[in-house]
Amino acid sequence: MIRPDAPVLLEIRDLTARVEDQPILKGVSLTIRAGEIHAVMGRNGSGKSTLSKVLAGHPAYTVTGGSVRYMGDDLLTLEPELRARAGLFLGFQYPVEIPGVSNLEFLRVATNARRAGKGEEELDTFAFEDLVRERLQVVQMDPAFLERSVNEGFSGGEKKRNEILQMALLEPLVAVLDETDSGLDIDALRIVAGGVNHLAGPDNATLLITHYQRLLDVITPDYVHVMAAGRILRTGGKELALELEERGYDWVDAELAALERTPAEVG
Amino acid sequence: MVAASLSTPTATAGTAPGSWVSALLADAAGGADARAAQALAQTPLPTRRDEAWRFTDLAPLTALKPTLLRPAPGTHPEPAAGSLRLTLDGHSDPLAGISLPAGLEPITGAGLGESLGQVLAATGSAELWPVLLNGATARNVLALRVRGTVATTLELVSDAGDGEGILPLRLLLVLEPDSSLEILQVHRSAGANLTSVVLEARLGEGAELRHGLLAPGAEAGCLLATVAVEQATGSRYSGVSAHGGWALGRLEPRLVQREGAAHSALKALQLADGRQISDTHSQMVFEGPDGRLEQLHKAVADGQGRSVFNGAVQVPRAAQRTDAAQLSRNLLLSDRARIDTKPELEIVADDVRCAHGATVSRLQQDELFYLQSRGIAADQAARLLLRGFCEEVLQELPAAASAWQPLASLLGEEGR
Repeated sequence: MIRPDAPVLLEIRDLTARVEDQPILKGVSLTIRAGEIHAVMGRNGSGKSTLSKVLAGHPAYTVTGGSVRYMGDDLLTLEPELRARAGLFLGFQYPVEIPGVSNLEFLRVATNARRAGKGEEELDTFAFEDLVRERLQVVQMDPAFLERSVNEGFSGGEKKRNEILQMALLEPLVAVLDETDSGLDIDALRIVAGGVNHLAGPDNATLLITHYQRLLDVITPDYVHVMAAGRILRTGGKELALELEERGYDWVDAELAALERTPAEVG
Repeated sequence: MVAASLSTPTATAGTAPGSWVSALLADAAGGADARAAQALAQTPLPTRRDEAWRFTDLAPLTALKPTLLRPAPGTHPEPAAGSLRLTLDGHSDPLAGISLPAGLEPITGAGLGESLGQVLAATGSAELWPVLLNGATARNVLALRVRGTVATTLELVSDAGDGEGILPLRLLLVLEPDSSLEILQVHRSAGANLTSVVLEARLGEGAELRHGLLAPGAEAGCLLATVAVEQATGSRYSGVSAHGGWALGRLEPRLVQREGAAHSALKALQLADGRQISDTHSQMVFEGPDGRLEQLHKAVADGQGRSVFNGAVQVPRAAQRTDAAQLSRNLLLSDRARIDTKPELEIVADDVRCAHGATVSRLQQDELFYLQSRGIAADQAARLLLRGFCEEVLQELPAAASAWQPLASLLGEEGR
């Protein structure tokens, strides 16, 4: 839902970042307002996953320039946990397995951290169990997964459901979902997308990072951005995704090559 | 004063019999086992020149007062429902005023004389220095025979408290064929003392022993624990141990499957922080075919702590179709901590499956970041991961262990 007067939640300006000595992001700009759903598409290696990790504060990535303002504040100076408590959520492409840590305890600690960030009271174990059982329905997840270790032995689909369950509990203002559709069969994709649609509202925003159009068949984006070689090459509406689906990414390469011949225009 | 003069390792290295030992023997005169006393007197103190003690310095032990300790009763949590607690102080009869559950009876007189030491001999443990030390000082033995299925979990508890000296404990279990028992050993300390414990367990055909050992230590305290298990065919032994917090804590599980075709499982967690030493030397011997071993050893070293694991597995020619797996997983939390881990497999039989592996790592950055990305602060995330690492073993302890708060007590977080 596009409302030009809606408050800006996330504003990325000329963001550059590297991992080790390798520059990955080479000047990304993006403005996300409340109520909007954005999709960033691109080939593997275009920098779209790096963008999500930089936003969440992954220590392996170093920001070398530009700025990110979140709710008006400088996001990049915040530790990852403070970003999360302030309502930024990263749905992982590969959710991490943590043996020995119960999923239920993890979800409770995370939920209470977020609630503290919102100035709300912590939930005791009983109140939290009620909440989590209600939110399980968003992703049609079996309560048995609460008793297991975090993501340990979960299938790909179960891990992604667990990510969306966390999103449902943490109620983020900006959710960045990195390749949430990867590794899902069509039923799991519908359930996960249904959860995302259910959670999207006028006061929050979603940034989908995806390689394929098929996720956008079930979650309709307001904006589609095409990323290549660490930049956003083009921005359009949902029809841009369809164009990519039809024409493939080859024209992106051509456009990129043209850009690189005229570096003065970049930026 | 004697102890003080011996508190440096160089002063004791190679001294035979060692004036520390002489002083202790003088104090323990009239103890249970004159032969062990004589052997101890003639055996030099282990030093780091002995392969089995290469990484483990006895200095914290010889710094202790060489006298017998009679600890005052400690305050302990209520026993869990379904468990019977026996308190061991090395002097009083732990069975006084206790009515044993069905299936358990004391072994006394000639029966005791016949059985005691058999399993130590069968597992090649009789001449180990910690066993000699125990034999030379322990004044009584808690010896029990098991028939049928014992429904009650037996808790064997000692608390050396804050007194100085040596607390020797000797235990013997004889499981008749097809019997079954669960026991939990708990050994605590709050001072400069040694808890020396030797458990012998003989499992008849088809018998099952589920054995937990929880030993949260004290800064100046030492623990030397030997667990000798002899298994007949079809028997099952499952040992789950957790020790840490001792200046010197050493556990020696020594198992033998006399005719093979038995099942042995060892799960262990050990922690070393500060300048502590946590050591496990395990030995599994298969003397016949078709035996199984599942072994997981986990260690955490922080501060300047030192963790040692040596896992011996012997598969002689007679032990065809042995299936043994040993995994050592180690968490190194500080640059100044040290972990030595060594599998020691001697395989002569040719038709066997023997797997072993060892990993040493720090907390995984990806796991930390995942937790942080959910609003959990870095230090709390590290704590959760450490707990997770430990829980994999601790949750396997007998249910009665939960009253002792295993994780909190090992991490020194409980209010004592």
